[in-house]
Amino acid sequence: MQSEPLLRVNNLSKLYAPGKGCEEISLDLYPGEVLGIVGESGSGKSTLLTSLSARLEPNAGEVLYRNAKNEWLNLYELPESERRRLLRTEWGVVHQHARDGLRMGVSAGANIGERLMAVGQRHYGNIRKEGLRWMEDVELDVSRIDDKPNTYSGGMQQRLQIARNLVTHPRLVFMDEPTGGLDVSVQARILDLLRTLVRDLNLAVVIVTHDLAVARLLAQRLVVMRHGKIVETGLTDQVLDDPQHPYTQLLVSSVLTP
Amino acid sequence: MSAATIRDGYNFAYLDEQTKRMIRRALLKAVAIPGYQVPFGGREMPMPYGWGTGGMQVTAAVIGADDVLKVIDQGADDTTNAVSIRAFFKDLTGVETTEKTREASLIQTRHRIPEAALQEDQILVYQVPIPEPLRFIEPSEVETRKMHALEDYGVMHVKLYEDIAHFGHIATTYAYPVMVNGRYIMDPSPIPKFDNPKMHQMPALQLFGAGREKRIYAIPPYTDVKSLDFEDHPFEIQQWDESCAICGSHESFLDEVIMDDLGTRSFICSDTDFCRERGPIEESINMPVDTPIDTPIDILRETL
Ligand SMILES: [Zn+2]
Repeated sequence: MQSEPLLRVNNLSKLYAPGKGCEEISLDLYPGEVLGIVGESGSGKSTLLTSLSARLEPNAGEVLYRNAKNEWLNLYELPESERRRLLRTEWGVVHQHARDGLRMGVSAGANIGERLMAVGQRHYGNIRKEGLRWMEDVELDVSRIDDKPNTYSGGMQQRLQIARNLVTHPRLVFMDEPTGGLDVSVQARILDLLRTLVRDLNLAVVIVTHDLAVARLLAQRLVVMRHGKIVETGLTDQVLDDPQHPYTQLLVSSVLTP
Repeated sequence: MSAATIRDGYNFAYLDEQTKRMIRRALLKAVAIPGYQVPFGGREMPMPYGWGTGGMQVTAAVIGADDVLKVIDQGADDTTNAVSIRAFFKDLTGVETTEKTREASLIQTRHRIPEAALQEDQILVYQVPIPEPLRFIEPSEVETRKMHALEDYGVMHVKLYEDIAHFGHIATTYAYPVMVNGRYIMDPSPIPKFDNPKMHQMPALQLFGAGREKRIYAIPPYTDVKSLDFEDHPFEIQQWDESCAICGSHESFLDEVIMDDLGTRSFICSDTDFCRERGPIEESINMPVDTPIDTPIDILRETL
């Protein structure tokens, strides 16, 4: 692990109502690291993810990001155009529901190509070539490049969403329950794919999940949240095998069902 | 202005002076920010939406007693839409009207740009049904405004990408999106893409009015207007193997028309004034000198 973080969160709070949202969150994320945020639904983990990924301005605190030019950016002091630029270049966001992350009305190839076009690529042949390459990399049938995502299965839609994000070679990807709602066998294959991609591309990932098995498989480090606050943090094996906080102990013992 | 020629009880050009000033302010803003859609407090016109009420309000705001007005619809001066708008302004301003592009100081149009190159002392007013070029992919007005503000235009090429993926070429032929002055993506109204290059560096002022959505936008004289495309699929205009059956033109926009009950097809200029000015081809047509010329279709019918 490198010594300088990629993302630095200082005392971030985003509350909709007392106890609703997330509060006083501080954490660091390092290049190439996969950080899992776990907790029950309502624990504030999704609010936190949205705030970290520049899509929800916090009430207090700051999120700092070190960009590809090695400059530290204070996300919510940037103009919105810059935040959007980050989201389609150096970052990616994989949503739980494919319809939130895909354009359902246009073909798979257009979905993958959109970010390339948004950053100024104007050669159709090259954009299409990239689309085909990424479909192969996420193990989608390339002959379906001109089909719309609503003709794809749930698992295929998630693969497409991943390809659509990775096409600009982001350094940091935010994932919100990326395998939620999928059949167990489909889930396992997507997790395998994500593991491979994260390793091969040296991606830093912040992944929100209620599923500790997913967290164990993907994340090197865990943050456990309850009632909007971090109650425990540490290396994944440590947290799951030897939980210190009573809430984490409950979570691990599967007494709590999400 | 000669008051006697204006219908009793109406203001010059129908709209009251305050409304005209309001529209002119919107027009000035539109000219200052080429391609940017300026909201304006649109007024009801005595015609339904879809009949060019946006263009009419713009025309009413800029027309003066010395103007010479031409109104075209699909290139023709004699369609119902063009005739009623021309009659309306003749009735309510008393200005001179013309069918000749070169004689007009003000041209209101639906669906075409005249073939004759427009000049610095002319204004072209477009009737616009849907002003927002991003609407096809983004239904929210708040979001499209943000996309314009942030130049977040990737989706425009997504649309062209889809065309090529499904048809092998860019299949959009009308309302083909353009980039104005290197900054704003603009819907040129449903003109054929054939007319897009005419907007680029045009010496005349181009004004666009959308009545239903209450938006005005503009292209000042000599402004860059670029049709979106890909490097390996460059923008191209429509082309015909045929030439105009009346004037023989190879370089104008042609309409395919059915000439008789047998379904005989022919191609003729959509711009009737252009066609008439060129005159009929000697060998194919022999006009009696005293017959008044109405439209190219009439000419063609007489020859068949
Ligand atoms: Zn002709």
